[in-house]
Amino acid sequence: MTITEDAPAAHVGSRRLRKEDPALLTGEARFIDDLALPGAIWVGVVRSTEAHANIVGIDGSAALEIDGVNEVLSGADLAPLWGEGALPCAWPVTPDMKNPTHLPVATTTAKYVGDAVAVVLADSRYAAADGAAAVVVDYEPLPAVVEIEDAVADGAPLVHPDLESNECYTWGLWGDNAAAVDAAFAEAAHVVSERYLQQRLIPAPMEPRGCAAVPSPAGGELTLYSATQIPHILKVMTAVVLGIPENKLRVVAPSVGGGFGCKLNVYAEEILCSALAMQRGAPVRWTEGRSEGALSTIQGRGQVQHIELAADADGKVQAVRVKLLADMGAYLQLVTPGVPLLGGFLYHGCYDIPNYMFECTSVFTNRTPTDAYRGAGRPEATYAVERAMDSLAVSVGVSPEEIRARNFIGADAFPYESAAGLVFDSGDYQAVLDKAVALAGLSERRADQASRVAAGSSKRLGIGFSSYVEMCGLAPSRVLASLDYGAGGWEAATVRISPTCKVQVVTGSTPHGQGHETCWSMIVADQLGVDPDDVEVLHSDTAVSPTGLDTYGSRSLAVGGTAVYMATEKVIDKARAIAAHQLEASEDDLEFSGGVFRVRGTPEAEVPLAGIAFAAFTAHDLPDGMEPNLEAHVTYDPPNFTFPNGTHIAVVEVDTDTGDVDLIDYVAVDDCGVQINPLVVEGQVHGGILQGAAQALYEDAVYNSDGQLVSANLGDYLVPSAAEAPRFRLDSHVTPSPTNPMGVKGVGEAGTIAAAPAVINAVVDALRDLGVTDVDMPASPQTVWRAIADAQGGAS
Amino acid sequence: MTAVTLTVNGTERSLEVEPRTLLVHALRDDLGLTGTNVGCDSSSCGACTVLVDGQSAKSCTMFAVQADGADITTIEGVADADGTLHPMQQAFHEHHALQCGYCTPGMVMAAISLVEEYPGLDEGGVRHGLEGNLCRCTGYQNIVDAVLAAAGSGGD
Repeated sequence: MTITEDAPAAHVGSRRLRKEDPALLTGEARFIDDLALPGAIWVGVVRSTEAHANIVGIDGSAALEIDGVNEVLSGADLAPLWGEGALPCAWPVTPDMKNPTHLPVATTTAKYVGDAVAVVLADSRYAAADGAAAVVVDYEPLPAVVEIEDAVADGAPLVHPDLESNECYTWGLWGDNAAAVDAAFAEAAHVVSERYLQQRLIPAPMEPRGCAAVPSPAGGELTLYSATQIPHILKVMTAVVLGIPENKLRVVAPSVGGGFGCKLNVYAEEILCSALAMQRGAPVRWTEGRSEGALSTIQGRGQVQHIELAADADGKVQAVRVKLLADMGAYLQLVTPGVPLLGGFLYHGCYDIPNYMFECTSVFTNRTPTDAYRGAGRPEATYAVERAMDSLAVSVGVSPEEIRARNFIGADAFPYESAAGLVFDSGDYQAVLDKAVALAGLSERRADQASRVAAGSSKRLGIGFSSYVEMCGLAPSRVLASLDYGAGGWEAATVRISPTCKVQVVTGSTPHGQGHETCWSMIVADQLGVDPDDVEVLHSDTAVSPTGLDTYGSRSLAVGGTAVYMATEKVIDKARAIAAHQLEASEDDLEFSGGVFRVRGTPEAEVPLAGIAFAAFTAHDLPDGMEPNLEAHVTYDPPNFTFPNGTHIAVVEVDTDTGDVDLIDYVAVDDCGVQINPLVVEGQVHGGILQGAAQALYEDAVYNSDGQLVSANLGDYLVPSAAEAPRFRLDSHVTPSPTNPMGVKGVGEAGTIAAAPAVINAVVDALRDLGVTDVDMPASPQTVWRAIADAQGGAS
Repeated sequence: MTAVTLTVNGTERSLEVEPRTLLVHALRDDLGLTGTNVGCDSSSCGACTVLVDGQSAKSCTMFAVQADGADITTIEGVADADGTLHPMQQAFHEHHALQCGYCTPGMVMAAISLVEEYPGLDEGGVRHGLEGNLCRCTGYQNIVDAVLAAAGSGGD
């Protein structure tokens, strides 16, 4: 990546250690709950213990007896604070989508366990918790609908009776292709028809949510601090919901301890604390408890998937047909309805499939709202198509790698227009798979697998493939418009060079662990010929970074990083004009390398960037009409998505006596385009894989028939530890994306998208000779043991 | 309220706490040592791990009054006064063993205690020794490598 001539790429591509680390390693970093706010009012939220119930009465008398508890407020008491405002959904995916009014605190009816029904105001965190626990709510239980398919059954209880149906919307992609899809199925030599379940997941970043609203009563300003991925979006939404003038509102995301999508939202507590702080003229704060968060923070996934493949005699897939039922939960949060759509374009996977049909019906249930969780729709799509491809391989009688090879989009086919209407940027899927096969030592594994079967071993070996492509770099604003999303997909950056030639980068992309400060510094340092330590990166505070659309959808580098790159280019262009003026040369005759402008062919005629920076500051001798200072702002709207891809291979050992699955090897080869910092890329892949593998093997938001979440804490909800995690073996392949100047694609979600189908395909592969063709997620020992027993003739 | 005296990072501190005050809240809210984080309410995640008389302990799982008279080391107390990182902190930095950094203080404290108590651990030993500390970002591989490196027993 060079910007001009022979500029050395000294930093990009290197494994540079992160500049974010020291503050985080020493306890110096400040997370939301670390903020000292003397005199703050602590909020405790009283949450519904019923999945669906009328709120008959709220008795706060016992709570008010507790020392330090000052007020108990019902939803009705609080309603004037938001007036006509309600929690926003920014993605009305169809004109007739049903969107129930979502108040921050319910007034008449609780719709899910965890729904806020009253609020306690107290002097301390302990008093707030005590008070919330002491409020007595009189509920009149109503029939609840808990499971997805029950929501669309005849006579199902209605989550929102006024909407007259539990169906939120139906959205499809078929255009005029339906007849061709049907014809492909009619003519197919092999048809695969599968039904898969995507269990609900609890995102569980290690930092729970929290927020604090701090007013300046004299000036009428409000500062909202929140553990959020999206301070910019949160600012606009809070202003709209509460009618606060945007110029009186500042939103700050302090250090944020992970998000994975669940902090990409506008939550009741943010609106509540803001409104109360404005009303009371005092700081108001709330910190989520972990078990509370299992109910009050969005959950991920939650789908019933039907996928069908139609293939010819050689196993070449001619059509894919998908019908989804997607669980919205009780209300629509910020982008809840759009999550299935993000997968809806990708159920053909990385395969050249000419005919495509996708339809999603989304339903309300009496459960916590769902929304974006790492991958958001794309892990679900990849799971369905990669599981189905393995079934097809069995039907055709070829290996998993062969069925993929026969169907991959060819390396010479890019830019490739997919049947779903996307244009894939670049890739060489077969080369990636070949690398993965070599790294995995496939033939040795297969030999081991066969010998164990021959020996009748109870420790079966399974090898599972997953080849994926994802759409990242969200997103071209016009494409978002066509999908009825309520905002654009651009990103903003400002680059300034100070009088002493230090560099300030302001990014609208909001990090929460990804390493933006390090990576943006490396990009800019190479462009300008400065040291990365001379670059500071500012973010996450709307007073410092007023323009931005934040971090989600693996967009930071491809969109936000590109904006930084382009703003730096603009600064260099201005510096070049000043250099030409100083050197009395034409701009076209200047080269810029290593931080120095030189006249080509006249090496002694040179001026360093530092000299230009000071000259731009003093403004004593600039070209006529030029503004002083070196500074540029760019808002970059990407022309297309980016399309990272890869092949992952999981190896599991399954104990057929106990059903226990041990993930013993994991190989991942990813093409995320040009890598800025491979150390950071590998870290993202590691963590992503474990999150996907955790869906496959451990994690499940389990609801009982009453709508109670029974895995609501980290004792019951099985976030894996180091003891469960395998050692990952990685390789990469680079096909630069032609859609942006650095050739980058994004990597934040890749591991999660790829891992779950690789692991489950491995589990099924281990048990196929025993007759097992499917294992539900999570593949717990009990689930696996039952699958074996059922396949062996119902021995359970 | 109950009087408690703790030696925290080498300095004796006296404070008045409710008997039910958790050690982690005494450290964070009363002493302003916010490096120790709270990640759960079931003693599962280990974000709040500190050293109590040299042994790792989840500070959400003991009352401040139980620590009366104890010697407490938090993440703020492990680097040298001149800012030189503790070898375990340095190893975490060099191995990219942190991303969001929220679990990191507890993970570092648990790791310091682990390698002190069990010198010569292999990878499996480190993985099992850290199973009380959850991380959602890293997939643990770089953490394990950092701990092995700091322990002088290998690692990449």
